Amino acid sequence: MSVFGFNFGIDFKGGSILEVSYANTRPSLEATKADLDTLGLGTYILTPSGQNNFTLKTRELAPAEKTTIIGLMSKDSANPAIEQRFNSIGPVVGAELKNKALVAIAVVMLCIVLFITFAFRKVSFPVASWKYGLATIIALAHDVIIPTGIFVTWIHFYGGEIDLLFVTALLAILGYSVHDTIVVFDRVRENLRIHHGGSSKPSDTFEDIVGESVTQTFARSINTSLTIFITLLALYMIGGESTRDFAFVLLVGVVIGTYSSIFVASPLLVVFQKFQKK
Amino acid sequence: MSKHRILSVILLVVVAMIGYFVYASQTGNPRFAKYAFKLGLDLNGGTELVYRADVSKVKSGSVTDAMSSLRDVIERRVNIFGVSEPIVQVEKSSLVSGGNEQRLIVELPGVSNIDQAIAMIGQTPQLEFMLLRPEAENFTQEELQTKTVDEVFLSTGLTGQYLDKAQLEFTNQGSGQISGQPLVGLTFNSEGRDLFAKITKENKGKVLAIFLDGSAISSPVIKDEILDGKAVISGSFSQDEAKQLVRNLNYGALPVPIQLISTETVGASLGENAKTAGVKAGLVGFALLVAFLIIRYRLPGIVASVSLVMYVILSLALFKLIPVTLTAAGIAGFILSIGMAVDANVLIFERMKEELKKGKSVYDAMHEGFTRAWLSIRDSNISSIITAVVLFWLGTSAVKGFALTLGLGVLVSMFTAITVSRTFLFAIAPKEHSRLKQFLFSNGLHF
Repeated sequence: MSVFGFNFGIDFKGGSILEVSYANTRPSLEATKADLDTLGLGTYILTPSGQNNFTLKTRELAPAEKTTIIGLMSKDSANPAIEQRFNSIGPVVGAELKNKALVAIAVVMLCIVLFITFAFRKVSFPVASWKYGLATIIALAHDVIIPTGIFVTWIHFYGGEIDLLFVTALLAILGYSVHDTIVVFDRVRENLRIHHGGSSKPSDTFEDIVGESVTQTFARSINTSLTIFITLLALYMIGGESTRDFAFVLLVGVVIGTYSSIFVASPLLVVFQKFQKK
Repeated sequence: MSKHRILSVILLVVVAMIGYFVYASQTGNPRFAKYAFKLGLDLNGGTELVYRADVSKVKSGSVTDAMSSLRDVIERRVNIFGVSEPIVQVEKSSLVSGGNEQRLIVELPGVSNIDQAIAMIGQTPQLEFMLLRPEAENFTQEELQTKTVDEVFLSTGLTGQYLDKAQLEFTNQGSGQISGQPLVGLTFNSEGRDLFAKITKENKGKVLAIFLDGSAISSPVIKDEILDGKAVISGSFSQDEAKQLVRNLNYGALPVPIQLISTETVGASLGENAKTAGVKAGLVGFALLVAFLIIRYRLPGIVASVSLVMYVILSLALFKLIPVTLTAAGIAGFILSIGMAVDANVLIFERMKEELKKGKSVYDAMHEGFTRAWLSIRDSNISSIITAVVLFWLGTSAVKGFALTLGLGVLVSMFTAITVSRTFLFAIAPKEHSRLKQFLFSNGLHF
């Protein structure tokens, strides 16, 4: 992440994005760039997109400036540029959106710890219930950081940017990951109750119980993840350009989320318990 | 068991009817046409404008009032131009956003000409009455040129916000003016009348200028206290100008100045593409999911698929009835909730499988499966609902759409997974043990 940096979209940074289409073949990139250079827009990015479209990213544009740009791009009156999409976001709004997104993620995490502490309040032996929450949060952080890292690498090579849809995807991953982790922890809770009742093998250590619970929920974890993976794959393959990056982040997130409840959250519980003993 | 069968039939019939409602309202049946999906701008094409309202001159206690009258005014203005279902809403800066700004969000579906849209809203005149400062009376013409409005005039707080109506009048003969000159008569509402009476009483003999969009159009001297809440603007305008001013004032003068800070336009064809691709992806994804469930879980897989179809129908009907505006992010939330609906079924079936392995009968295994899986389903779904609530509370509009569909979806999925799947499974559950039934209920592929 630190190598490639965050390529924030205009959602967070402020700026304008303009997409135009042409009925026939679009003019050459060089010619259009040469025209745009005369306007003094500062640094801008012009990329061909879709069949016959251009996408232009610039600083925040006033509506009048946009009209000028479209006029410039429509030099051939038989094949004018048709405005498809125009977003313009002031830098203040952008910064605010970024803050809001961060706060939302933080509050969600806090609420989840509290809820898990509450839901597992009856199984505070041998590991305090808030530690289940803590383990979930560490798994969550893991689930958010890894897809972000992969996505940042991805956009470095294939283009793209961090926008609101990306944050939404992260939130979805967050939701899914907690869901997945709770299922495993629920099994631990149930097994602890059975064992605590002394029915089967009282000699079982906490480690064994966690291990057993993971095994028992393994098939379910894989199956559920597979079904969601299939749905997302469909979204990724045929779901249109605007949601492609979004589906990609979710695909990564589902894999990581499943992996983390088995290989991060559960072992952490055991680590906490062992640490406690010492 | 017969109870479960009857219930299953009832459920199937009811959901089939709801399914018809969803279908009919989408295919142009006039009876249900008003329940068609509300699509967000990103899917339908349209324009979103975000304005910042300058409330620095409004007393802190009446900011909310000023904003809601601003909203009403702009809503009226937008309605005149025949935009179908515009949304005009005030966005209060929340505790997390840092800034302390009042914003107005205007969504205009189907309008992709942003210049026209901005003009539509920007034309609204802003009316204000201001007193000439005492010291300003001695200013020379040159000095006046260099001063700002605030240095010369004093705000009275009487603005277009208090206007009840405006009408076209003409000067009378014998009033010292040329007769037949167009005038604009203003009538204030009760609050405005009191304020106007107070101002005129306390400032007899002073100049009370009338400002329109920041420039003085008339500066009469207050002769006497005015109690009836009526004022006249006698600028030197033509009849057409006066007419237009009256119309604009009636449509609403802005109570506070606004400034455009962000715009978003999506062309109709781009939205159309996103929509078709999204629907196609949804259908293919759902078909694959059903295939997977049936191969993996056989008969229960079919039950789960039926319950999922019902889940989708119920959710969509709910989206129509509330109504929820569907955006790309909202659809993502819905897809995630489908995943969680599947998960509830998978949890139950895996649990059943375990119990079957322990040698329990199909019926007992089903019973245990539901009871034991319930805790997992409940806790994991509650955590999803918490996430949805927090995001809805804190999020920006796109995130809100996601949170709403996710939250609703999870609630509906809890109902379908527990009630619908359960009723169906018990309805077809065999009482006696047979190898065929054991085969149908057990897992297809061994893991």
